[in-house]
Amino acid sequence: MTGIGVGPELINLDHVVAGYTHHPVLTDVTFHVHEDQFTGIVGPSGAGKTTLLRLLLGTLKPMSGAIAKDPKVRMAYVPQLETVSWNFPITVSECVLMSRKSTKQLPWASKAEKASVGNVLERLGIAELAQRHIRELSGGQQQRMFLARALLRQPQIMLLDEPTSGVDVSTRHDVLHLLADLHEEGVAIVLTTHDLNGMAAHLPHLVCVNQGIVASGTPADVMTPDVLEQTFGARMEVLEHLGMRIVVDEGPHRSAMRETG
Amino acid sequence: MDTLLEPLQYAFFQKGLFVASLSGALLGFIGVYIVLRGMSYIGHGLSHSIFGGFAAAQLFAANFYMLGAGLWGIASALAITSVTKRSRLGADAAIGVITTASFALGVALFAKFGTSGPSFENALFGSILGISPQQIAGLIAVSLLTGAFVFLRYRALLFSTFDPDVAAVSGVNVSRIEAILMVVLSLAILATLTVIGVTLVAAMLVIPAVIARMLTDSFGRMLTYSTIIGTLCGLTGMYLSYYAGVPSGTMIVLVGAALFVIVLAFTGSRGLRRSAGLDAHTDASALAPAAR
Repeated sequence: MTGIGVGPELINLDHVVAGYTHHPVLTDVTFHVHEDQFTGIVGPSGAGKTTLLRLLLGTLKPMSGAIAKDPKVRMAYVPQLETVSWNFPITVSECVLMSRKSTKQLPWASKAEKASVGNVLERLGIAELAQRHIRELSGGQQQRMFLARALLRQPQIMLLDEPTSGVDVSTRHDVLHLLADLHEEGVAIVLTTHDLNGMAAHLPHLVCVNQGIVASGTPADVMTPDVLEQTFGARMEVLEHLGMRIVVDEGPHRSAMRETG
Repeated sequence: MDTLLEPLQYAFFQKGLFVASLSGALLGFIGVYIVLRGMSYIGHGLSHSIFGGFAAAQLFAANFYMLGAGLWGIASALAITSVTKRSRLGADAAIGVITTASFALGVALFAKFGTSGPSFENALFGSILGISPQQIAGLIAVSLLTGAFVFLRYRALLFSTFDPDVAAVSGVNVSRIEAILMVVLSLAILATLTVIGVTLVAAMLVIPAVIARMLTDSFGRMLTYSTIIGTLCGLTGMYLSYYAGVPSGTMIVLVGAALFVIVLAFTGSRGLRRSAGLDAHTDASALAPAAR
């Protein structure tokens, strides 16, 4: 699997314009999510990364353009950690259980559902935290809990909003490995990130966003000074180390020095 | 013991005790969702809004004024939700405008035309003595409806309260759940209006749930504790109301406030930590596009 996406299409955005209260944040976006896709959406704050994610999720309707999605596709969403109240009175297993697919709406979970929760928590390495209150978790553990909740749905597409924001290096590596494993198992993955070196450079496919799609391709294709300047509005230097792209922020002093020769 | 038994010889007190306890239980139960969703202000506003409907409905549909007031309350609740979602007006501003205007209309109607039903003061501060058998039946029906709604939609309610965005992606119809919750809240306020009073209903939606939150970190236990605390407030408040000769709603709320202080003293910083941020996870913030 390349991650760039050549398999059947699951979601299609065709010339979409989207935003909030009549102000477009994204214009003329054409974007496809394939069955075997593993894509990172990168861009500065306010560029429209989360808006693009919300369009894919179906929680935001486009102002114009068309979105086609198979209604039977199982989707899971991992939001940013700051979007929930961590003081909410639930334990880790109760939080994961929320996403159970059961058609029964009874308050209590079945034995099979509890076993499934145990399995995903085990996979994420947080089985021993199952009965802890969610406030007692570290940032990395909170992210693993959200991933466990998403995994419980056995998704075909997993959409993640800044999954490595606020977590330590070790957790970031674990999250990357888990996502790579899921991709190998056939789960399409689309995530947003502002972390160019820690996250984006490790992904097989990137989409650069700033009010629209600026560029799309492998890190080698899009992590170039010109594309990054067009996306982030600032000149960046790109180095290569062991076949990987490393982005260095030139900063105002270096930019000024370069301009004056 | 005589203090407890003596008032029970009166039929009006037996009826009042039952109604006050059930009202406390109902408000304590539904209050958990209101408090955890940061909707306390909506509860406050809705009770005032329903007062306007209460006054208007008595003028135009004297025999069906509870129905009229209920429809008015439901319409107000749905209007607040709609205005907040469709416009840039914040939820607190929408509640402030819609509900206070409705309350002012109610006061104006009472002042101009008077009323043939429960008096102005009874509607404001509550009076169990004036409650009719139909209203008791209504309170029981609303309590059963609320219990059934929470039982049958437990997961959807919990999920959409904790994380509405992910709940929506996971197949929960968040808008419908929120709309039904608003309708149930309106009915609960309406059913307890003549017991607790317009001005104090909001307090009973909040106090038992906050006390329960201070006592536990479990959602299921919070629901149970809040219902029990609401019942105890109704029960004790009724006795104190009888002996002190003050409106029942006032004493029920004062018992709740006293219980809050006692629990705060016992739980200390742990209780404060648990209840911290209950108003920060607001419904309005969930509606606004926080990130792009």
